[in-house]
Amino acid sequence: MLRKVFRLKLLCVVNVAAIVCALMSVSCQREKRVFESSPPPAQSSQVTLSQIRPGAQTAASPASNDAENHAYDVNEGKRLFTQYNCSGCHANGGGGIGPALMDEKWIYGSEPVNIYSTIIEGRPNGMPSFRNKVPDSQVWQLAAYVRSMSGQLRKDVSPNRSDDMMPHKSEQASERKTPQNSSPPQ
Amino acid sequence: MRSKYSQLLSPGIAALAALTSTACSGVQSALDPAGPQAHNISRLWWLMFYVCTAVFIAVTIVLGLAINRSRKISGAEDLAPELEMPPEAETRRRNIVAAATAFTVVTLFVFLVASFFVGRGMSAELSAKQGVVVEVTGHQWWWEVRYLNDDASSIFTTANEIHIPVGTPVTLTLKASDVIHSFWVPNLHGKTDAIPGKVATMWFQADRPGTYRGQCAEYCGLQHAHMGLIVIAESREQFNSWITSQTQPAIQPSSATAARGQQIFMSGTCNMCHAISGTEAGSNIGPNLTHIASRQTIGAATMTNLGDHLSQWIADSQKIKPGNRMPPHNLSPEDLQAVIDYMQTLK
Repeated sequence: MLRKVFRLKLLCVVNVAAIVCALMSVSCQREKRVFESSPPPAQSSQVTLSQIRPGAQTAASPASNDAENHAYDVNEGKRLFTQYNCSGCHANGGGGIGPALMDEKWIYGSEPVNIYSTIIEGRPNGMPSFRNKVPDSQVWQLAAYVRSMSGQLRKDVSPNRSDDMMPHKSEQASERKTPQNSSPPQ
Repeated sequence: MRSKYSQLLSPGIAALAALTSTACSGVQSALDPAGPQAHNISRLWWLMFYVCTAVFIAVTIVLGLAINRSRKISGAEDLAPELEMPPEAETRRRNIVAAATAFTVVTLFVFLVASFFVGRGMSAELSAKQGVVVEVTGHQWWWEVRYLNDDASSIFTTANEIHIPVGTPVTLTLKASDVIHSFWVPNLHGKTDAIPGKVATMWFQADRPGTYRGQCAEYCGLQHAHMGLIVIAESREQFNSWITSQTQPAIQPSSATAARGQQIFMSGTCNMCHAISGTEAGSNIGPNLTHIASRQTIGAATMTNLGDHLSQWIADSQKIKPGNRMPPHNLSPEDLQAVIDYMQTLK
């Protein structure tokens, strides 16, 4: 009898340990950070998956953005969004001179590669091209952050606080909006 | 018996002597004061050191006596504890405890009064000190240094290097852009925290010329340990000529490679973060590079400012200071050399 109880207890302990280990390995992925990345290629890669004009933009993209899985990268994207003055036109995601990024409307596609090519190529009526101006790794961080604004990312990697007063809740608290194609504002 | 003790003790004493003599001098030492506040702090430190050493020795002696006494007693036949003490012994012990308590209170009170006066001496007269005004902003992981002036055209920005005239009080306004940092140049002053959204003010003064190293003293992230700066105290003439050269816009490149370097700088990723006055580069994310060649160190006092170090830094600073904000750059060797040539013209 006593032995049975002991065995039951042991089973409990092993189970709890297994659950803790599983949880820990999940959170490790979230916190993963690469310190010594190899230098990027001299030229930004030439992906142009959506056309420069609105319209047939929703070519399904095979490429995923690894930065979207790591809290550090998304937070770096948030920092760069301010420091590279994306906010100058997109106003912390709410839009102003440029279109809003926190809503469900996507003019040039909502996939990570679409955002990547928007930053690299620029878009008509104002979005400048940042080719050779922003390193690839940072473009992917920015693309991840842009998607977090409308809740497209996992909750645990989205930034959960803002350093300044923001017109909206934190990216983590914003609900997921289903992306819809949209034409540019007239 | 005695010789055995002294044999044991002598290497310890020698090591202690060596430690104290080496620790008392240096470019980053609170025990080698170069200014009035640092003098006050080091005096307080020595007072506490000597008093605490005396207390430690006294306690050790008393402890030794007590052990010795109990040994003598346990050697005797009567092992029963003393439950009823004779009244005169009781009084004697009470007096000893009372005297020791009084001595402790007085000692701590002396420390309290001393540290109060040292603290007051450091912040007093702040409003009256208006010699040179420098605004220092802590970033992850470097120091932005801005020399303020009533004449707006004489305001300039540099990084990780503060020049001050000897014998003149320097007022510092401390800010932080991201997380809490703490400004600490031990030879000149104690620590002052720089907190985002707040402005802290302090002043210091160097009484003798020299180079003093400072260090962030509040853990601020991955490269906190490599967030240094240097303070160069020099004569008034040297300081004035430094100010004059720093207020000039950057020198335009004269050689072909330097001009090519400038072109790479302006068309590539560099000018997204760095500013060079007199050119179109005007971003304030990274250190201002207008007079980078005149500085002694790069990477927040991480390395000396040599061509080799600079090219290593530009090519892949992540190897030198992992996690810092500067991304690696894949420039061809010729392009990298051109950028270095351009940097070295920026005197």
